[in-house]
This record gives sequence, structure tokens and C-alpha cells, in this order.
Amino acid sequence: MLDVHLPGLKLKNPVMPASGCFAFGAEYSNLYDLKVLGAVTIKAATLAPRYGNPTPRVAETPGGMLNAIGLQNPGVDEIIRKELPRFEENKVPVIANIAGSEMDDYVLTAEKMSQQSAVNALELNISCPNVKHGGITFGTVPEVAAELTAKVKAVSEKPVYVKLSPNVTDIVAMAKAVEEAGADGLSMINTLLGMRIDLRTQKPVLSNLTGGLSGPAIKPVAIRMIYEVSQKVSIPIIGMGGIQNADDVIEFFLAGASAVAVGTANFVDPFVCPKIITELPEKLNAMGVSDINELVGRSWKK
Amino acid sequence: MMQEDMRVLAHEEIADQIFKLKLEGEMVQTITEPGQFVHIRVGGESQSIAPLLRRPISISSADPSTKTMTLIYRSGGLGTSLLSETKIGEKIDVLGPLGHGFPVDATPLKGKALVIGGGVGVPPLYGLSQALIERGVHVTHVLGFRSAKDVFYQAEFEKLGRTIVMTEDGTSGKQGRVTDVLDSVDFDAAYTCGPIPMLRALEHAITEKPLFVSLEQRMGCGIGACMACVTHTTDPNDAKGYRRVCCDGPVFKAREVELC
Repeated sequence: MLDVHLPGLKLKNPVMPASGCFAFGAEYSNLYDLKVLGAVTIKAATLAPRYGNPTPRVAETPGGMLNAIGLQNPGVDEIIRKELPRFEENKVPVIANIAGSEMDDYVLTAEKMSQQSAVNALELNISCPNVKHGGITFGTVPEVAAELTAKVKAVSEKPVYVKLSPNVTDIVAMAKAVEEAGADGLSMINTLLGMRIDLRTQKPVLSNLTGGLSGPAIKPVAIRMIYEVSQKVSIPIIGMGGIQNADDVIEFFLAGASAVAVGTANFVDPFVCPKIITELPEKLNAMGVSDINELVGRSWKK
Repeated sequence: MMQEDMRVLAHEEIADQIFKLKLEGEMVQTITEPGQFVHIRVGGESQSIAPLLRRPISISSADPSTKTMTLIYRSGGLGTSLLSETKIGEKIDVLGPLGHGFPVDATPLKGKALVIGGGVGVPPLYGLSQALIERGVHVTHVLGFRSAKDVFYQAEFEKLGRTIVMTEDGTSGKQGRVTDVLDSVDFDAAYTCGPIPMLRALEHAITEKPLFVSLEQRMGCGIGACMACVTHTTDPNDAKGYRRVCCDGPVFKAREVELC
């Protein structure tokens, strides 16, 4: 009922934690068995270690939160050595998120990561709003995104999902550009660029000034973008943006997603992913749906 | 660490904007150290739009025999204001216990400890002092507040040991700052929680004896995954170069991490 097959990913259910909201799984594996998850998307890897931005790195907003962590990670080699062994027995599929600031370091990082047996697919992060160079530029100019996608595809031994930024005027153009460049799938959406100002200090709350908005506040934006893109591309979409419960998962499928990732909600309820996975069959039964794949794009399909 | 809907047994304002909340539940049995904290979801079932994130609040004291713990927090922001409206008998969504607390064994058995608190940083020190006294440790408390209206738990601390209250305006206890009276106290180890300028002053003042500081930081997940609450280590050669306040702390050795 919940089985979903996507390039490189045989998922027993379509629910996975989103990159950056689950670190490398160690903390959550103390709370529940990670193999109940459809997959795990691990935190972005860069070629060299990154400390990230100064604090404050997070600020709450109505129905959401801003974050400007700044891609803190110990670097791809250390992740391969220290974090991937946790997934070596392949109990749960792993999607490795790749970030960078130059074409070359994206490509090198992707090449190394894709060679790991524990990694089933790559997620190319061309949409992080919190790094000074790269990240967002790769995510806002279709030609640049396409060039990067093609270069990463050329070296990757695993399917490549490109994570799109919502901070663009034409999301369909971005999606089509990376599809034509060889992307095997899309992840959408990353966070929306935002800011909060402290009334007492009269300055931005985040040390990075701006941050990425996530949480239920951005769900309608994600739904709209997936609705538009899924009608124009033939590659599958992993949908994300404010998912909190099984009803939200179904809404993303109806919009055109073929799987979903849960981000900010993990911070509110660390058990949210297993809870959603348990709730889903009940919800589908109530709708008279025997296979969740039937729901993909139903909101626009004739 | 567990998630539990804990029952409110008592809830009252004990000083200006300072609330004392007594909760009952199984989680209390899993508390291992004074200085640990819980992550509270406010209005979780109300479907209200905000606040989305949990609020970290330190555990003031715990009694496993009755499965009860006491939290003392300051109401000010959106989350804590909503929390202060919670009534006796209602349930609160609590994640905890989280983090590493104060090492009571840093003070030798029957030794002398100095416990220094500032404002809303005072609460976790009460459970610490109780745990120290169980080890036969002689505890001296120095508690700093802005003004008389902000003072709380003076009588409770006095029952545990000598207690010096300091206020900035002199309306209660002695006028001045906690650092003004350190020379008059003999101790083997010191523990503190309070505002950053106070912690900084103490890290400068107490260098010959062990000192442990408890930090506050904006948090996301509270369990070490989101990297929102990191702070640099002071040692540039440290292998990681940073610590997560939520799970590596909130209590650190003095000068182990940058105070920010």
C-alpha cells in the first residue's frame, strides 16, 4: 500500500526525514529504529568541513522558523568514515545531500559520496540560502543549475535528485532545465528566504541577517510549486515544506509528489516520522485508496 | 529521554513574572543529574498557529519517589506567556530529560561548594544544592537579582546552607553583584548559571578552583540534530571545534566554550 519505487530508491513507505533536520541519524536512532523510515536524507556534505554561521541561527516565526545554520558539517571524508557506517547494512535507504560553493567542489563531493555502498541516491543542494557563495546562485539561474546537474550526473554512480529553491520567479523553468540536464528526480522545496527584526535591539534576529523559512507556514507555496512542476516534467518529485501529519502527506501526493520529506516537524515532535507512517494506511483506507501511488498528481489529472 | 504528557500538580507565580510549575510523570525517574532540562511544547493540541517550536526550561528539582519535578521559568515571550496560563490538572507535552547537568562529584565528599546564580538562572541550582548536600557537601549560595520583586526561593536555599542574596538596587539583601562577595567564601568547586556577563565575570574571577557554567541558547530540536545551539570551543586545536549546548551541555567546564 505504501511501497514507492523511484530511481535508486525502493522505499517501503514514502516518508523520510528531510536533509538538515535529522543530522546523520545518530540522535534519532536513540529514539526509534530508523528502519521504519522510507529513507533517510542525511545532512548536506561539503568537500571541506564547515563550522557554519555564528549564533543566533534560528528564530521562530508564526507557523514556522527561520534558520541560518550555514551548512555546518565535518566534510565529505569524515562523513563517509564516521557517519555512513551507521547505514552500512542497508537497513534503510540513504539519500546523501551534497552542497558546495564552486562547481568543482560539488562535483568532487558528489563523486566521492556516490561511490559509497550505503548511499542509494544523491540530493544536489543548489538551493541553500545560508551560504555566502554558491548554493543559491546555482539554484536561481536555470543555465547554471543545468550545467552543474550535468557535471554531477557525469561522475555520479547513483541517481541524482536536484533540490530546487522556491526563491525564483519561474520554478517550472528551473525544473525543466535540470530535467533536461539529466536529473533523475527533484526535491522541492527548500526554504524561503526571510528575516525577522528584534524590536528591542532593532536589528535582525539572526546573525546571518536572513534565514530560510520552513514549517507549516510554507506548505501552500510547496503545494503550488509541486502542482505546477509535476505537470511539466516526467521525473518524480520528493515533496517537502511544512509537512506535519498524514493529511499533509496526502495533500503533497495529490499535488504531484511521489514521496515526501519531513523537516521542521522533527524538531517539534521527534517521533513525527514514525507517527505519520503509522497513520497513513488508516487515512488511505478511509479514502478507499489501496496504493498511495494512485494519488500522485490526482489534483490535476483529468 | 522520552516524550510524555505530564500532569500539572501545581502552578503559581512566585516573583515578578517568575512561575513555579510542578509536573508529574514517569520521566522524572529518568533524570540523572541536576542541571538537565526539558523541552516543552506549549499549546500542542490547541491547533493555534504559534508557537511552533518547543521551549527549553531547566529542571529546578525532582523527586523520583513521587514522580514529580519542579520547573521555575520566567514568563515573557509568546511561549512562556501561554505556558503560564496552564491550569492545575491539565497536561503538558514534555520532551526530556535532556542534556548533561552539573557534576556533583567535582566537589569532594564532605567538601565545600559555592553555588552562584543570577536571575532566572537560579532554578537549576536548587536541585544541584540538594544533590550536593546528599553527598555531605557544605554549600554556600550567592544569588543575584535585579530588585526585591525579582527575588525567589531565598527561604528554600537558606534551608540548604548559607545564602547571600545580592540585588543591583539594594532593595533586598546586599547591594551589588555576585562577584563582590566571592573573597569571603571558602570552597573546593563552584557552579553557576545566569546571564552571560555574570558567567564571564566568574570565569575571570575563579581560575584556581573547578568552575562549571550552565549556558542558555536558542534551540531547535533540543537533542543535538539541528545544530542551532552550537558554540565554539576556546581550544583552537579541539578536534571538533564546537559544542552543542543542548546535548554536549548545557553545563560546561569554565572556559571550555566561548560564552555567547
